[in-house]
Amino acid sequence: MSAIVLDGLHKHYGPVHALKGVSLAVEEGEFFGLLGPNGAGKSTLINILAGLTRRDTGRALVLGHDVAREYRVTRRLLGVVPQELVFDPFFSVREVLRIQAGYFGLGRENDAWIDELLEALKLTDKAQANLRTLSGGMKRRVMIAQALVHKPRVVVLDEPTAGVDVELRQSLWDFIRRLHREGHTIVLTTHYLEEAEALCGRIAILNQGELVALDEKQALLAHGIGRSRRLCVTTRAPVVALPEALKPRLRRQEGNRLEFELVRETDSAVAVLDALRSHGAEVVDFATEAADLEDVFVELTRRRPS
Amino acid sequence: MNLLGFKTLFCKEVLRFWKVLLQTLVAPVITVLLYFLIFSHVLEGRVEVFPGVGYSAFLVPGLMMMSVIQNAFANSSSSLIQSKITGNLIFILVTPLSHFELFLAFVAAACVRGVLVGVGVWVVAVWFVPLSLVHPLYLLLFAVLGSAALGALGVIAGIWADKFDQLAGFQNFIVLPLSFLSGVFYSIHSLPDFWQTLSHLNPFFYLIDGFRYGFFGVSDVSPLLSLAVAGAFLLLLSGIAYGMLKTGYKIRD
Ligand SMILES: Nc1ncnc2c1ncn2[C@@H]1O[C@H](COP(=O)(O)OP(=O)(O)OP(=O)(O)O)[C@@H](O)[C@H]1O
Ligand SMILES: [Mg+2]
Repeated sequence: MSAIVLDGLHKHYGPVHALKGVSLAVEEGEFFGLLGPNGAGKSTLINILAGLTRRDTGRALVLGHDVAREYRVTRRLLGVVPQELVFDPFFSVREVLRIQAGYFGLGRENDAWIDELLEALKLTDKAQANLRTLSGGMKRRVMIAQALVHKPRVVVLDEPTAGVDVELRQSLWDFIRRLHREGHTIVLTTHYLEEAEALCGRIAILNQGELVALDEKQALLAHGIGRSRRLCVTTRAPVVALPEALKPRLRRQEGNRLEFELVRETDSAVAVLDALRSHGAEVVDFATEAADLEDVFVELTRRRPS
Repeated sequence: MNLLGFKTLFCKEVLRFWKVLLQTLVAPVITVLLYFLIFSHVLEGRVEVFPGVGYSAFLVPGLMMMSVIQNAFANSSSSLIQSKITGNLIFILVTPLSHFELFLAFVAAACVRGVLVGVGVWVVAVWFVPLSLVHPLYLLLFAVLGSAALGALGVIAGIWADKFDQLAGFQNFIVLPLSFLSGVFYSIHSLPDFWQTLSHLNPFFYLIDGFRYGFFGVSDVSPLLSLAVAGAFLLLLSGIAYGMLKTGYKIRD
């Protein structure tokens, strides 16, 4: 059975058409990535699943149950980590988790699982602390624990690593991978292509309320998505004449700053630097970065026949 | 019914005001005590509303009911608007709690706060003036009906208001005038005809009059009429509040 089925889902916010007939299915046990630029409709889609927003038309099912008509069933099956950092300033971490479990009809028998969650999310020594006193990253982890407190079969994370430092991001990745290994279906939204690449099996790309791509990660990458990499080089003096071989790769040149776009598998950053040096340029700094999603969307929307 | 879920939300709502009881229980009792001391000092001996009932004694049930009403309203409305504005309402909205369970938990917690403040006023008042208790059952009934109705009104206001000042407006322009102009400080029989008729349109009047009947066994109108009006008032407000929760008005847009 599919973990999630969306069928012709439409949503308007006043004049804004946030979802324009989105249909997709996520199978049980998948690690599914939902990507898209700001305002694409990712959170809207997730909020409809969670019951935080009402759809206009279309169907949304969780493990075969309708999220509106059978909300009492679907909300037990689903754990959602919302995008916005919110918390209840009246209670401690443990209180908040106990209360959340209680809403799902779970009492003291669930305490062991709460301890496990605290441990896994490195919150054990903050268990008695009031939510107000926690850092942003800690609050984010409490929200993750809250979403998992009833052991949902389907876990949806709306940008869980936004504004989180590198070390914590890595440990969150490990934690989410573990949930996936243990049999949970995972849906994750992110702005980081790397993150989707590292974690997800299939990826859907949403743009302006429409599904513009949905495929296995490898297939998307094979289409060129996420294959390009940017190399920014700073030289001591502006480079006047660029080596011929580098010209097709150059994207931008401003004073002594050069920006190249490289194909990840075939082009070598070191080769570019070598070419510059052998041309007499003195490299003082360089950095590479993944192509950002914006590039991917531009590419995808360009490729789509409209 | 998700009984434990309901109980959890109910207890959380009670805990929410209990953690700041100085502000939510003690302060309202003191405010009412001040009203009591001032009005009874000025008017005791000059006014006899019901035969054999002194003014100070007459005043106590009205003040009790007024504080029950105001605090029940404050509890559900402030809880809802706070969690709406801080955004943590979502933690309740993603749970399998039904619309009715949500409604019931907010209203029940509002009743607890309302009744506790009422009891607080009574405990303090009996130090100053001896009070009879003719129909305790009526007393309880009206306290519960009144606090439940205002708890439901608080749910309505808390969902409807987008900002704290809108809620304050609701409180200052609806709840406060209606509770002051409902015969807390006087019997409406002492009013000119026009104002008497107008008072009869105020549901709070019946809550206070019926409540007072519980103490003295005398009232301006029949306690059964008051009971019927209070019940209808509760049903009406509950229907509206439940409808708002069910359609997700302003909270699941
Ligand atoms: N509550 C709301 N009221 C009005 N418009 C809204 C509301 N929520 C979202 N929108 C609009 O719907 C569109 C989709 O927003 P949504 O939050 O789903 O995007 P998103 O893909 O999650 O973006 P981001 O990556 O920035 O989180 C946007 O145009 C947004 O302005
Ligand atoms: Mg979003």
